[in-house]
Amino acid sequence: MSNEHTEPVVDGVMIRFDGVVKRFGEHIVLRELDFQVGPGEHVTLIGPSGSGKTTILRLLMTLERADRGTIQVGDEYLSHMQRGDKLVPADEQHLRQVRKRVGMVFQQFNLFPNMKVLRNLTEAPVRVLGQSRDEAEQRARELLDMVGLSDKADAQPTQLSGGQQQRVAIARALAMQPDVLLLDEVTSALDPELVAGVLNVLREIAASTDITLLCVTHEMGFARDVSDRVLMFDEGRIVEEATPEKLFSDPEQPRTREFLKAVLDRA
Amino acid sequence: MIWNWSFAWSIVPQLLRGLLVTFEATILGSIVAYILGLVFAVIRRSRIPVLSQLVWLFVEFVRSTPLLVQLYFLFFILPDIIGVTLSPLVTGVLGLGVHYATYTSEVYRAGIDAVPRGQWEAATALSLPRSRVWTSVVLPQAIPRVLPALGNYAISMLKETPLLLSISVLELVGQAQAAGSEAFRYVEPFTIAGVFFFILSYPASVLVRRLERRVQRTH
Repeated sequence: MSNEHTEPVVDGVMIRFDGVVKRFGEHIVLRELDFQVGPGEHVTLIGPSGSGKTTILRLLMTLERADRGTIQVGDEYLSHMQRGDKLVPADEQHLRQVRKRVGMVFQQFNLFPNMKVLRNLTEAPVRVLGQSRDEAEQRARELLDMVGLSDKADAQPTQLSGGQQQRVAIARALAMQPDVLLLDEVTSALDPELVAGVLNVLREIAASTDITLLCVTHEMGFARDVSDRVLMFDEGRIVEEATPEKLFSDPEQPRTREFLKAVLDRA
Repeated sequence: MIWNWSFAWSIVPQLLRGLLVTFEATILGSIVAYILGLVFAVIRRSRIPVLSQLVWLFVEFVRSTPLLVQLYFLFFILPDIIGVTLSPLVTGVLGLGVHYATYTSEVYRAGIDAVPRGQWEAATALSLPRSRVWTSVVLPQAIPRVLPALGNYAISMLKETPLLLSISVLELVGQAQAAGSEAFRYVEPFTIAGVFFFILSYPASVLVRRLERRVQRTH
């Protein structure tokens, strides 16, 4: 399943960073970052914390704005608009338009506690995609079924375990039918025995859909299973990129070896 | 000084009329304060250029000046500006409502700030439009938490309604004064007025406390 896109995809680009710089005050998080992800490709970002991985996801989700450079999702610029042959900063309407193509699952789940599980899944499809309530609910039930929680449709999010909440959050993101799904350390806040359930759901999604996946994770086994490509980050730069087979068993850069050793020792 | 029961009973209907006005002013004033305060809080939090700063300035100004001055302003000066003369009660409701809106806006703000940033981010990630983020996600989480504080301001407002006397609203204290000056007996009218206030505000404060406990349990 994961070998379909190991070559750079020729028929288009789903995500493209060009010279992206992001600073927080004095601290430079991303330095002139360039990279591309093809449609349907599954890419994992690894690296020490503070290396800018999560910032990449947050930029794509428009939760942050780049200080320099451009980001494209599909054939559209994310924080810019084309006006004539010039690029101007995007307005809110443009952002909303491009944002629809991207979904995100957060470390802390971030389900809406004031809504039942089902409404967490239907709210955006009804309000944003204009689906009818029946249509949205039917689709939501299918997604809950897929993540193994069809009996929880009428539960309050707070009644669920962390693992269940995260599976609902995955279903909620998928309900918007995004082209790109961003996974931001989705198992980091979970008790160890709940991690497997969430990862299995994600493996299933990776195998059965053509969604483009970009994940930040410390679960190296998972990264190895689902990724077509792994990017090793350090200090806002990509220090190495390779297939998971290559990167995990025979990394070329000393920094990568050092990092992998630290992660595997901890586990 | 002897308590005269027959005089006391004779003025009860008049005082009840005053109580009704007090009650009306409090309820209507609270509604104004709750709605306007929410509008202030949302505008300030949305950081709409100029408008947010104007609201901030207005809120600070109103909070830093006495309610009595504001009531006089609304009663004597506003009609010249807008060209419409409002009844004393409407003026009073407006004055109380706007004054307390500056307090309730702070209450709402605390409630809004207590909604975790992840909620805003999740709503953004789902592309929900701004207005929807407020109505579906943020306010339904923010408002229940602050209901007790909002209730307390309604009780404070109840106890400040006698200020409306200054713009000739015949509320409870106004009626007590009128009844007293007719008979040159003040013990009964003001005692009864005090009891009436207590009958309104004590159960309300018990209710607020119960609400407080319930909010603490759910959050």
